[in-house]
Amino acid sequence: MPDIRLKKINNFVCRDINLKIVEGEFFVLWGSTGAGKTTLLNIIAGFVEYEGSVLFNDVPVDGVPVSLRKMGYLFQHLALFPHLDVRSNVAYGLNIQKRPKKEVEAKTDELLDLMEISQLAHRYPKNLSGGEKQRVALARAVISSPKIMLLDEPLNSLDFDTAGRLRAKIQQFHRKSGVTTIYVTHCFEEAFALADRVAVLNDGKIVQIDRPENVLEKTECRMVTERVACECHKKDQFIGCNY
Amino acid sequence: MKNVKAMYSLVPILIFLLIWEMVARFKFIPGHFFFPPFTVVIQEFYHLIANGVLIDNFLSSLRRVLIGLFAGSTAGIVVGILMGYEERIHKIAHPIFSLFYPIPALGWLPILMLWFGISEILPVMIIFICSFFPILYNTVTGIRGVNKDFIKSAQSLGASEWKILTTVVVPLALPGIFTGLRLEAGMAWRVIIAAEMVAIPTGIGALLMRAESLLRIDIVIVCLIVLAVMCFTFEKFFIYVEYKLTHKWI
Repeated sequence: MPDIRLKKINNFVCRDINLKIVEGEFFVLWGSTGAGKTTLLNIIAGFVEYEGSVLFNDVPVDGVPVSLRKMGYLFQHLALFPHLDVRSNVAYGLNIQKRPKKEVEAKTDELLDLMEISQLAHRYPKNLSGGEKQRVALARAVISSPKIMLLDEPLNSLDFDTAGRLRAKIQQFHRKSGVTTIYVTHCFEEAFALADRVAVLNDGKIVQIDRPENVLEKTECRMVTERVACECHKKDQFIGCNY
Repeated sequence: MKNVKAMYSLVPILIFLLIWEMVARFKFIPGHFFFPPFTVVIQEFYHLIANGVLIDNFLSSLRRVLIGLFAGSTAGIVVGILMGYEERIHKIAHPIFSLFYPIPALGWLPILMLWFGISEILPVMIIFICSFFPILYNTVTGIRGVNKDFIKSAQSLGASEWKILTTVVVPLALPGIFTGLRLEAGMAWRVIIAAEMVAIPTGIGALLMRAESLLRIDIVIVCLIVLAVMCFTFEKFFIYVEYKLTHKWI
């Protein structure tokens, strides 16, 4: 799995971003709406233009098309293909690579089982609930065994229980695969419960990077201070909570 | 239950035909309108089929519509996909097509007559022009209307541009493409009849003009019934195909 480095990244949102995410790390980008989290994720994915350099394992990938970056991307709005059923959505990444049919079938079945969506295999996205759609999108993103996982607010708009179950799936997948994972969220509790390290973004700039407990103890950002001030009494709860 | 509903929808038509028959039989319409009863029209319909006149002319029109519509819609869809997906092609082609699009298909008739003469190419070209532009623009709209998130999603899963086009963009643009096909399927029949009335000696439109010159309103009405049925059938065919291809996910 690659480590990821961002060198002097600037664009219409992000300003002077320097960052290193180590191999196999679960890295969270946390900040309020408009802070530049999704833009930074899109820079790593190659969806938006920027100045500076993105390196995977010290190799610049700035000119590499998105389709060749070997990432799994879970979009905020999921973007499940509405014209394909659940099974075809999940298998899409393998089908376009023209992998042998048996391999596609086996891998798809495995992921449908893992995400507990086997019974939905022939349903279309319009007939799925929010939580079911999230699990399908996650299965689709990981089926090609990506080297990097990018997750853009995957638990947004889910109810408490469903979000908790899906978060457990994400953690389970990360532990099992060891994939370098970058997770975007504006949810304080989610960020600090999941992350190996957290980057706090504000107004397009990274204001602090550290382990979650250190960010809480030695906060360098007013935004964090405010959240800590109002939620510090729950610290132990949200560090260990099931969401 | 479905059959009962279908029967109910036939009732207004039957009432309309009954009123038509009565109006003509009891001469509510002045004689110089030559208005025939429905039963007379049906008799003439039978005679025209029996002596082969209607079949021959119908097949001429049908052949022209099928060839012209197939060529026009194929070209419209292919160019529409290219214009819709590739911004550079759109920038070059859009101003040119925008100039030609407002010209009614029949407006091309004089120039096509000079170029191709009175031949089978003439009506096929008219149908081609009539179907090409609307299908092109509906396809462009359909392709450009595909949510960019789906394209980004396919890219992140490793799809090439060709795969994205064929497995994501075109399938999602089908409703837009079928809007064009549906509209133009009926329009092709309206235009071919008009073209045959003006410039071509065979086909339903030509038969209609000959009947008019002989004051045979019954034959004129037979031709109009054929036209109505074909417009309806063609439009319904595309509605059916669209439904089959998209109803599971729309």
